[in-house]
Amino acid sequence: MPAHDVLIIGAGLAGQRAALAAADAGATVAIMSKVHPVRSHSVAAAGGINAALNPEDTWESHAFDTVKGSDYLGDQDAIEIMAREAPEEILHLEHIGVTFHRNEHGELGTRAFGGASQARTYYVADITGQAILHVLYEQLMKYSDRVDRYEEWFTTSLVQDEDGACVGCVARDIRTGAMEVFTAKNVILASGGCGQAFKPTTNGLIVTGDGISQAYRIGAPLMDMEMVQYHPTTLVENGFLITEGARGEGAHLLNGDGERFMEKYAPNKLELASRDVVSRAEQTEINEGRGAGPDGAGIYLDVTVVPRKRTLEALREIVNIGKDFAGVDITRDPILIRPGQHYVMGGVKTDAHGATPIPGLYAAGEVACVSVHGGNRLGANSLLDTLIFGKRAGMHAAERARAMAMPAPKAAGAKLREDVAEIDAIIARPRTGRRISAIKTELGEAMNRYCAVFRDEDGLRQGLEIVKRLKEEAATAYVDDRGTVFNQDVLGAIELGYMLDCAEAIVLSAIERKESRGAQFRTDFPERNDDEWLKHINVTTNGGDDPAISYSPVTITRWQPEERKY
Amino acid sequence: MSEFTLRLRRYDPESGQAPYWAEYTVDLEGHRSVLEGILQAKGELDGSIGIRCSCRAAICGSCGVLINGKTGLACHTHLDKAARHAKDGVIEVEPMANMPVIKDLIVDMDAVHWKKIQRVTPWLINKEPIPEREYIAPHESMVDITQSMACIQCGACVSSCLSLEIDPLFVGPAALAKAYRFVGDPRDAQQYERLKDLAEDPHGMYDCTHCFSCIEACPKGVAPMNQIMRLRRVAGDHEIVDRNNGHRHEAAFATLVKGYGLLHEAELLPRSYGGDSWFGKFHPAAGQELLDSLPVITRALLRRKVTPKGALLGHKIPKDDLASVQRIFDAVESRDERDELNLYISGYDEDDTGAQDAGAGGQAHAGNAADQGQPGQTPEESPAR
Repeated sequence: MPAHDVLIIGAGLAGQRAALAAADAGATVAIMSKVHPVRSHSVAAAGGINAALNPEDTWESHAFDTVKGSDYLGDQDAIEIMAREAPEEILHLEHIGVTFHRNEHGELGTRAFGGASQARTYYVADITGQAILHVLYEQLMKYSDRVDRYEEWFTTSLVQDEDGACVGCVARDIRTGAMEVFTAKNVILASGGCGQAFKPTTNGLIVTGDGISQAYRIGAPLMDMEMVQYHPTTLVENGFLITEGARGEGAHLLNGDGERFMEKYAPNKLELASRDVVSRAEQTEINEGRGAGPDGAGIYLDVTVVPRKRTLEALREIVNIGKDFAGVDITRDPILIRPGQHYVMGGVKTDAHGATPIPGLYAAGEVACVSVHGGNRLGANSLLDTLIFGKRAGMHAAERARAMAMPAPKAAGAKLREDVAEIDAIIARPRTGRRISAIKTELGEAMNRYCAVFRDEDGLRQGLEIVKRLKEEAATAYVDDRGTVFNQDVLGAIELGYMLDCAEAIVLSAIERKESRGAQFRTDFPERNDDEWLKHINVTTNGGDDPAISYSPVTITRWQPEERKY
Repeated sequence: MSEFTLRLRRYDPESGQAPYWAEYTVDLEGHRSVLEGILQAKGELDGSIGIRCSCRAAICGSCGVLINGKTGLACHTHLDKAARHAKDGVIEVEPMANMPVIKDLIVDMDAVHWKKIQRVTPWLINKEPIPEREYIAPHESMVDITQSMACIQCGACVSSCLSLEIDPLFVGPAALAKAYRFVGDPRDAQQYERLKDLAEDPHGMYDCTHCFSCIEACPKGVAPMNQIMRLRRVAGDHEIVDRNNGHRHEAAFATLVKGYGLLHEAELLPRSYGGDSWFGKFHPAAGQELLDSLPVITRALLRRKVTPKGALLGHKIPKDDLASVQRIFDAVESRDERDELNLYISGYDEDDTGAQDAGAGGQAHAGNAADQGQPGQTPEESPAR
């Protein structure tokens, strides 16, 4: 039975950064992921990473932009930490080999990004996430003697000791089907968001809310779950992401009449207003009949105003995506886009060390909610969030491990048998229920209908009913694959359960918040209401009980809420 | 919507049965990807189909497969195009080659691909002292290695590599492209050591036979073979003469083409071993190699691959043509710096003049053409906007 000081579940940017930080702090470390680490969805982050590193920039400016971007729902103490530590982290990445863009003097160069008052986004063409993820994996290979890697292991549940502390997990080796208990003094969840609960989404098929649900099931509170980011530029065709870097480089948004409509909604920042503002503007244009393309269901993103040479150098990935997935040469023609699900600001509630209220359980990255993004995340702040809080969680967990003995949880054996039995039961289900893919599609479409850019009580209630029904149906959904080697079918059934948990928490929180703030826009409550709703919504379950809602205060250090204009 | 039939290579390691073909008919628009086709079959017809996948947009590198016998990403190949290239209209999908199959379309990347990546010391060995702020590094060098960083580790090049098929110990295209990412990185302290290591390894950088398969297979335009050629050129800059005679072989090749306009095959071997001049054949090492090669030479003569006259005198081409070849050599050799083609176009908008843009555009198209393996479809060049 493997036992480590720190066990990290998920090997994207947050997980890998946590592993390296914990190892540097002297802990024994294991990192586990259901996919090979470089397949993690951090790889798809395109545009860049924010830091106030230029001498003329200040961390306070970065922090304020983030607070304003969050529509004042972000916790300012955590935001201050993130903005302060950002420059050092960029330099650390540069030192371990990230091939950041250079200016003509050979120094780090920046690009502009949405919601930012300065060009403070550092980048590698439009493969920033990929470049950082692969460089961190280079380091993990270098740390082979200090970090044990469990690649293609699927976590089925978290293990608690008699006092409720998290002391490990049960996982399945996807390749052999073997199930095992991993004991650890600390567990760091770094398994990403739950975008696959929506259809379409820019998120990969692996982004199924595993960690959010695993924590939820052992009683950890989920915070800000109603805050779901719709990215302003996803392909109408299939929901693929077109990086905000395109607008950062100067691309325009045009409605069906060829009008640069952002002038109406954000006269100062135009296309570079924060994402919730731009997505809402686009959806308004579409809803009011000024959309572009077939059925007026889209908006034109015009990259042709960016010099072609610059586009080929700095936006090469989206040139390819345009060509391969939409048949459009973006250097010559505008491309049809629309708002699409991209990110969940909410997640497992943590403090600024990544610690959740459950002893021994940490969370970092999209799975977590510190909360640095509040109601709306700024572009290029997510990579930063994963790295800063991944690092902090890794360090803090290593520190905590020093002061304690390796747990020997009595319940671990029983938990293992329970999970083995659960998988056997899924495989043995009769072919009388629905197909898993059918339930997943219905869930995704319902979430995208009722829980998108514009929401109201009626729609959300309908969404909740659907989610509840699908939960029941998922309990009898059948699988075809009865094998043990790479049985993706049975893992799909477990992932469906994870997504349904996340969807439920999202809809419940969205119903609860009776105001419009950040990504949550309620057509029945169109105004922000600081008197009643300047607070976080938390959702918890206790065992099989119905989810319970509670509130926690927003931490305000130096920026009082004011009206938000771009 | 149209119907497409997929013929998938299935293998269940627990069944005790040999691999087999299974057909699935799916209903999708033609410009949807083969992956979407497979996922529809998996979702609606048979959940036991095994394939790794996540992003669906050619970024995560999970879904490398053979489609109609050619390596590519399933998400990066349109159904209609795949059907057109299929021999009987049925799209054939198999697991990648050169790697053991685990189940259905899932191969063991660890056993081959990642093992080879580990071989090239795949992390930065920092130049000391590490600066307080960033390393100052030329814009061009970062753009240069970003082409290697664009690699998504999908293994398509490993699957398509003909040298690997013959020599499974070959370090291979992906790992060598990764090596160039450090050799070309001005922040790395051990460029010479890395090059020396890969030059001396009998399965290293000189084991590539320039078949271009990896360039065609790579979905990201990394052009691994070009990175291997760069490693060799930089090894030459460092005057690394290796025990595989790789460097001398390349030098002899170039001298002969410059001198004769075409390769003089019979001179190549003695020069590669004995030294790059007509007297090379009298060197003991060349004599030994010639002796060892006698059976091959005899077979070549018997099969008329070479004639005794051709072997002695080399090929003759018209004088004007020879002069043209030599002019190309002169032009290339007279440059102060070597021009390397790159996927990411270097330069700034300020100096975006017409001539330069056409040149840069040409490079971009070369990259795209290699990317797609369809030079005919590259767009026309245009003047600067």
